[in-house]
Amino acid sequence: MDRPLLIASTLCYLAAVVRTLLAVRARVALHGRFNFFAIGAGFLSQTAFLSVRGHALGRCPLTNLFEVFVFLAWSVALIYLLVGPTYRLSLMGAFTAPLVFALQTFALLAPIDIPHPARLFANPWLEFHASISMIAYGVFALSCVAGVMYLVQERQLKTHQLRSIFYYLPPLTNLFGALTRLLWLGFALYTAGLISGFFTGGPLPRVKMICAFGVWLFYGAILQGRHLRWFAPKRVAALCVLAFTAAVSVLWAINFVSQRPPM
Amino acid sequence: MGDQLRLAEAPDVMNLFCVGISHHTAKVETRERYAGQRSEEALRVETGCAEALMLATCNRVEVYASAAASIATEQIARWLAREGTEAIENASAFYRYEGEECVRHLFRVAAGLDSMVIGETDILGQVKRAYAKARESRCVGSLLHRLFQRAFRVAKQVRTRTDITRGAVSVGSVAVDLAVKIFGDLRERKVLILGAGETSERTARALSSRGVTDIRVSNRSFERAESVAGLVRGRPVSFHEWTLQCREIDILISSTSADEPLLTPDVLSPLIRERSDRPLFIIDIAVPRDVAPEVNEMDGVFLYDIDSLQSIAAQSLALRREQIAAAEEIIAAHVSDFQTWLGRARDEPLPVTPRVLDEAALRASEL
Repeated sequence: MDRPLLIASTLCYLAAVVRTLLAVRARVALHGRFNFFAIGAGFLSQTAFLSVRGHALGRCPLTNLFEVFVFLAWSVALIYLLVGPTYRLSLMGAFTAPLVFALQTFALLAPIDIPHPARLFANPWLEFHASISMIAYGVFALSCVAGVMYLVQERQLKTHQLRSIFYYLPPLTNLFGALTRLLWLGFALYTAGLISGFFTGGPLPRVKMICAFGVWLFYGAILQGRHLRWFAPKRVAALCVLAFTAAVSVLWAINFVSQRPPM
Repeated sequence: MGDQLRLAEAPDVMNLFCVGISHHTAKVETRERYAGQRSEEALRVETGCAEALMLATCNRVEVYASAAASIATEQIARWLAREGTEAIENASAFYRYEGEECVRHLFRVAAGLDSMVIGETDILGQVKRAYAKARESRCVGSLLHRLFQRAFRVAKQVRTRTDITRGAVSVGSVAVDLAVKIFGDLRERKVLILGAGETSERTARALSSRGVTDIRVSNRSFERAESVAGLVRGRPVSFHEWTLQCREIDILISSTSADEPLLTPDVLSPLIRERSDRPLFIIDIAVPRDVAPEVNEMDGVFLYDIDSLQSIAAQSLALRREQIAAAEEIIAAHVSDFQTWLGRARDEPLPVTPRVLDEAALRASEL
């Protein structure tokens, strides 16, 4: 019933991806505005999907891997819409749309929309814990996008091979400033998510806790390394990409483990 | 309001044309003979055109006019010639466009497609100033008004919808563009000029025009450093201290006549550690080079020598050339649209209007 909304949303992101590819291929001006509105439309459809699914479940729609991926994609789009214009990173849409499109396409195509084996009751703390953690993942995803943009630009500046996209990227120092702020925001949200996990009332799954603390420590180490000037900006950008890749893998593992029936 | 404007003269006999001389057809020695500051009013009186506008830049001198009767190219050339110049000598250097071709030519000029450096944007300002001047002298009527307003719109669309203006095409402007891409706002940036050559001075001036206020100049001859510092509103620094400056500065422009590299990774490494991750942009325009190429391998250091700057300028120019087709498409659409408007204006009955529109009517009809 609710899947058409998600398909509509995915098509909006696909439009942004196609528009970017065509502009890059034709070497014509890339306009952030189209991507911004395409992502905005995709976000509205995503929100409608999550709302319909949430009403059907009677709780926050984070009960299986499918919903986790959609919620993560929604968080990425939300943070982009909030952060992109603020930091004048309109081109971020060109990088964000493919990420969100990939997440949702995977969610739609993979056989992961399986109802949770046990009936889940509404638990405000659990829902807060899950949703705030997902939004933190969304922020980390955007820090990963900013990291990719930084590395692309740094590489072009080092090799003196300035491609068309170079002229649309924000200045290197501004990009790194935005990346650092995204890291701090994501880390703060993730910390809040971790702390709220202790108030959910149920027994805390050991594997989940270890994985979650592993991600928290990874991002904490990046921030500490940055604060103490151990890592050069290029290394921080590369670590952001690596950390997000690791975090998504962990997220997958956590949900995979939690959906398996108890042995 | 715009479409209510009507051509002042009988439209079926109104002749829109452009006569000019440019860098495409004549060298500067020839062009300068026709770059006299004469008024459009005088042109109208002498040739009998209904409307006239003169565009005079360093690369072109052109007259755009509308007239009921045909006016010979030689007559315009004679009027443009400075005293003592025999216009007939250079008759072949003059070109003439009429009707639709005139419209297309103006749109190409305003969009920078006809410029020596394709896509340069100064020309639009020059066209606007020429239009304003002709309008002040009440030599612009409804036809030239609509034509030039449309030309400004075309230029804006070409600039925003294509990459024709992207990338710098001279060594100095490439350096400034790269500095902006690395640092963003340049106002708080510190620049050191090492070796006070002419190109470094020009680059420093270009950076200064983008807001840089802290410019230091170091040269083997302190007097020369003082002299250049005075020119770029900077301060001289002893040549013995220049390496220490690398702790503080953000941009180094080097152009000494040293035979061996002055800056190597060994020299720079201890200084970089004290820079708190701030990038260092080095522009080495010396030949032989002042900075060892290995410096570019260091984290946070971006080294550009004269070849790489020239190569980027060439890349930008190539990129601009690739955009010409897209720009021509935009122009073609506007030419067609303008011709449609012109045809409609000719077909409809004309109200009784003054030959030259008043200020309020012109403002109201601006596109």
